Amino acid sequence: MSQPRVLNLNAMSKRFGSVVANDAVSIELNRGEVLALLGENGAGKTTLMNMLFGHYLPDSGSIEVADADGKMQPLTLGHPQAALEAGIGMVHQHFTLAENLTALDNILLGAESLFSWRHKRREAKKKVAAIMARTGLLAPLDEKVGQLTVGERQRVEILKALYHDARILVLDEPTAVLTPQEADTLFENIGAMTKDGLSVIFISHKLREVLAFSQRIVVLRHGKKVGEIATDDADQQVIARMMVGEDTPAIPREMLKPGAPVLALKSLTVKGRSARTSLHAADLLIRAHEVVGIAGVSGNGQTALARVISGLEAPDGGEMWVGDTRILRFTPPVMQEAGIGRIPEDRHHDGVIGEMSVAENLVIERLGDPLVQNHGFLRQKEILTHAEELSRTYDIRGPGIEAEARLLSGGNIQKLILARVFEGQPQFILANQPTRGLDMGAAGEVARRLLEARTRGAGVLLISEDLDEILALSDRVMVIHDGRLSAAPDKDRAKIGLMMAGEPV
Amino acid sequence: MDILQILFSDSFWAASLRIATPLIFGVLGALICEKSGVLNLGIEGIFVAGAMAGWMAVWLGAGLWGGLLVAAAVGGFFGLIHAVLTVPLGLSQHVSGLGVTMLATSVSYFAYRTALPDLSSPPRITPFQPLDIPILSDLPFIGPVLFQQTAMTWLALFLVVLVWWVLERTPLGLAIRAVGDNPDAVDAQGLSVYALRIGAVVVGSALMALGGAFLTMSAFDSFFFGMVNGRGWIVIALVIFASWRPRKALLGALLFGAFEAFQVRLQTQVGAFVPSQVFLMAPYVLSIFALVIVARRAEYPRALLKPWFKGQR
Repeated sequence: MSQPRVLNLNAMSKRFGSVVANDAVSIELNRGEVLALLGENGAGKTTLMNMLFGHYLPDSGSIEVADADGKMQPLTLGHPQAALEAGIGMVHQHFTLAENLTALDNILLGAESLFSWRHKRREAKKKVAAIMARTGLLAPLDEKVGQLTVGERQRVEILKALYHDARILVLDEPTAVLTPQEADTLFENIGAMTKDGLSVIFISHKLREVLAFSQRIVVLRHGKKVGEIATDDADQQVIARMMVGEDTPAIPREMLKPGAPVLALKSLTVKGRSARTSLHAADLLIRAHEVVGIAGVSGNGQTALARVISGLEAPDGGEMWVGDTRILRFTPPVMQEAGIGRIPEDRHHDGVIGEMSVAENLVIERLGDPLVQNHGFLRQKEILTHAEELSRTYDIRGPGIEAEARLLSGGNIQKLILARVFEGQPQFILANQPTRGLDMGAAGEVARRLLEARTRGAGVLLISEDLDEILALSDRVMVIHDGRLSAAPDKDRAKIGLMMAGEPV
Repeated sequence: MDILQILFSDSFWAASLRIATPLIFGVLGALICEKSGVLNLGIEGIFVAGAMAGWMAVWLGAGLWGGLLVAAAVGGFFGLIHAVLTVPLGLSQHVSGLGVTMLATSVSYFAYRTALPDLSSPPRITPFQPLDIPILSDLPFIGPVLFQQTAMTWLALFLVVLVWWVLERTPLGLAIRAVGDNPDAVDAQGLSVYALRIGAVVVGSALMALGGAFLTMSAFDSFFFGMVNGRGWIVIALVIFASWRPRKALLGALLFGAFEAFQVRLQTQVGAFVPSQVFLMAPYVLSIFALVIVARRAEYPRALLKPWFKGQR
C-alpha cells in the first residue's frame, strides 16, 4: 500500500455481562481508503465502532490515529471528545439529532467554543454550502430535523461529521434508509471525498454495495474477525459464506392464483401538510395469496398510506374496504378486528413497548382474549407459556421472555412483532419496511414468514425502500411518488427506478 | 364603564408590570431548567429561600445588590441539590423538586425564626426605590408605567433579552436546547450532558431566587410567612403557556400580572356584590383557560423529565 496508515485498532475486546461482543479484533485503515465492515446483526460491528468513537470503553486493546501531520498517536479511550478531536466522525444507525432544532443547528452543535457571544452563522452556512457543493449531500438547513425525511436526516449527520473536519468517517448502515439510486449517489460522493484524503469505514450487510463500493472488506462473525479480503478478489458467494458460515438459500416462491380481494382502497385521499404526508386519490386492490410491493423513495406518501391502513389517521376522502366490510372508523382496534396485521416502520418506537416484558408485548394486541385475561385479570401463567412457545417457534433470542423488550436487538424485536402479527392469522398484512436494518438471517426470516402468510391465503402490502426486496417478494409492484400511486407495468428495475423518480415511463 | 376606567389608568399598567416582575424572573429560571430537560418543582421553595436570604442579607448590612447576590447564590445551592439528584443520579424530577420546595421553605422559615426569635413583627429594610428617570418618568402614561419601576423590574426585562439571546443565538444556548431535546446528540459531539444540565439547573434556580428576592426587596420591605403564596406553581404553568420561549414567557408573566392587577381593582369596584374569593380565583382560572388553549400546541423539549445515563443507549 502506497497510502499512509491513518488508523490502527489493536486487539479490541469488549464483553457485556456474559456476552462477548468483540474478541481481539484488529483493523487497519489507510488514507483515502473505503473499508467495509461486514457481518450479521450482533456480530459486533457497531460495538467495535462505538469503542473507536469513545462511546464504550474497551476491556482491552488500543487505538492509534494519525494526527494532522500523519504521525500515529494513541487515542484516549472512552471519550467521544478525544475521538472527535482526533478527526473521527461517526454517523450512527440511530441518528443522534435533536429533532426540535434545525438542520444547521444540529450541524453547529459542539463545533464552536461554548462560551462565545454569538454563532458565526453566516460563515457556518458558507462552509456547509461548500461541503454540500463538493459532496452533493443536500439537505434543507433551516428546517427542523423533525420535519426531514430519514434520508435527509442521514445527510445532515454526514454533513455534521464533515463540518467537524473529520478525516476518518464511520458510517453505521448508511444505506439502510436510502433508495438504490440514493445509495449509489452516496457512494459516488464518498468516492469524491476519499480523493480529498478522507478515509471511510462503513458497516453493512448488503453484499451488493460492499462489493461495488469498498476497496477492502473485513468480515466479523460472533465478535471475531473471520476474514479480510481485497474487494477485487471477492465475490458474493465468498463473502456471504464468510459472514454466515454457509451458502444462503434463495427464497422459494410458489405460484399461487390470487383469490378474493382482502383490501381495497378507492380514491383514498389524505391532505397532509406537504407531499410527503399526502396521498392523492390512491387506488389499490390486494387479493388473497398476493404480495403487492410499494416501491418509492422515502417521504413520498408511504407514511400517510401506512397510517391510514393502520388506523392511526383518518383519510380526508375515499373508501377503504377490508374483505366485504367498509371501514368507517379509522382506529387501530377497528383495523385489528377487521383482520389487519401490522408490522410498523419504526419497530423500536411503534412496534413494542420497550419498558414492558417480551411476554407482555406478545399479547398486547389481544388483551380481550379469554386466553390472556380472565374477568379482567391477566393470566400470567398462560401468558408466559404462550410467550415461551412463540419465542421457540419464531426464534426470539435475548435475555428471556420476562426481560424488557427494549433489551432485544433489532432483529429479535422484529421477530417478536412477527410472532404477534402472524399468531393472529390476519387476512391482510401491512409490512412497512419490515427488513430495514436487519441482517441477512433475520431478513430472510421475515421474507419467509410473509410468503408463508401468502400461501395461507393472506394478502400482503409490502412497503419498502429496498427495491431488491420488493422485486424478490412481490407479485405486483406499485410505485409511489409525491403521494400518487401507480402500477408498474412489469418488474423491470430500470422502469421502476424511473417511476420512483417521478419520470414518465 | 368602570372596567374601561381601570384599563386606561396608568396605575393599573404599572401594577401589572410590578406584579409580573417576580414571575418574569421565575419563568426565565424555570425555562432554562426545562430547556435542558430538567423540570424544577423546587421553584416554590427557591422563591421562599431567595426572598428570605436576600432580605436577611440586606438587613445584616450587605447592601441591596449584595442581597441579590446572596439570594442568587442560595437559589443556585438548592438548584445544585436538585440537579445532583436528578441528573447524574437520575431520580424522579417530580419527587426531588417537591422535596427541594419543602426543604428550602422550611430551612428559610427556620433561619428566620432562629435569627429573630423575639420579634412579633419583622424588621424593615430600605428596599429598591422607583428609578424616577428625570424626563422619561414625566411622560404621560408610559412615564408612570415604565419609568417609575424599580431597578429589579429593569433587571428582569434585561434578563429576558439576555436569556433569549443566549438560548437562541449562542453555541451554549444551542447546546442547552439540544440537551433538552436529545442528549445523545450532545454526547455524540463530545459535550457533557451532565455538566450542561447541572449548569442550567443551577443558573435557572439562581434566577428563580431573584424572583423571590423581588418580593422582600422591592415589592415589600420585609419577610413574612406564606408571602410567596403559590407563585412558583403559576410559573410552572406559565412556562408551558410560553411554549418554552423567553419572549412568550414575558408575555405570559405580563398577562398574569394584568389579571392580578385587574382583579384587585375590580374588587374595589364591585366588591360589594361579589365575594372577594371569586376575584382572587380569577387569575388562576384565566391561566388555566389560557393553558388549555395554548398548551395543546406547545412544543415541549422532547427529553424533558427523561433521565440520561452515560454509556447507556
